[in-house]
Amino acid sequence: MEVAAAKLIGAGLAVIGLSGVGIGIGNVFASFITAVGRNPAARPIVLPYTFLGFALVEAVALYALLIAFLVLFG
Amino acid sequence: MAGPLEQFEIKTLVPIHIGGVDASFTNASLFMVVAVTAVTLFLTIGMRKREMVPGRWQSMSELIYQFVAGMVRENVGNEGRAYFPFIFTLFMFILFANLIGLLPYSFTVTSHIIVTFALAGVVFVGVTIIALVKHGLKFFSYFVPHGTPVVMMPLLVPIEVISYLARPVTLALRLFANMTAGHTMLKVFAGFVILLGVFGVAPMVVIVALYGLELLVALLQAYVFAILTSLYLHDALHLH
Repeated sequence: MEVAAAKLIGAGLAVIGLSGVGIGIGNVFASFITAVGRNPAARPIVLPYTFLGFALVEAVALYALLIAFLVLFG
Repeated sequence: MAGPLEQFEIKTLVPIHIGGVDASFTNASLFMVVAVTAVTLFLTIGMRKREMVPGRWQSMSELIYQFVAGMVRENVGNEGRAYFPFIFTLFMFILFANLIGLLPYSFTVTSHIIVTFALAGVVFVGVTIIALVKHGLKFFSYFVPHGTPVVMMPLLVPIEVISYLARPVTLALRLFANMTAGHTMLKVFAGFVILLGVFGVAPMVVIVALYGLELLVALLQAYVFAILTSLYLHDALHLH
């Protein structure tokens, strides 16, 4: 197989992991919406943790993207 | 036409060679100086008037100070006050470096792994030294979680050690990957705008949306770096 073709296939495979990240981010914000729905006064307390959780899950997405770029352009 | 990764190239502006070491003043150095200057000017000129009812600049400086101070007090506890200047400096530098990188024709300092790894390395080494100085050899009890049966320890302790050693790596990688991926995506869509000619309006709309996302990510990543530093410091000071 040509190297260029293998690189493209590898990059495509690497981003399959982003499905888990999509579920994770949805989970974080679903919990936030549920919590605020049950207790609206808790919103300013839970908001920093929501953003922290989102950033940490997004980081995993970027690790996968990093591998994809490394495979594609490295 | 340039590819999407050429924006991350380091260009030497003033060549300086000391011994055999290349200590040139590069575009990365220039933008680090710009970031530090911007932070210093923002805070010192903002607080110059010291009014009781603050004006706009003073209000912004005070809000950021209060935000970081509250975060440190909440996550590290009262003994964390000694480390507030470090965490505040870290937060402001990363924030301004990220934001300045969003301006056209500029260079994102934090999109280089060596810069983010230097910051994360300082945090990791500093926090470990603080823990060792404060707790001595009892520091190693941190790797044995409370209430583990002795049978589980040979499996659990190496896992804990590895996850502790992974901290500087993930800290550095998170900031680097966020910045690099964001800017690369912006450049890729910019390429599409040129490629599509008249229909380049569609990628342009996507670029506007992505730019908003990048602004959020710039702020968020600075906050995440600072809060994770505070949490690691809390672990070091309280060992659990």
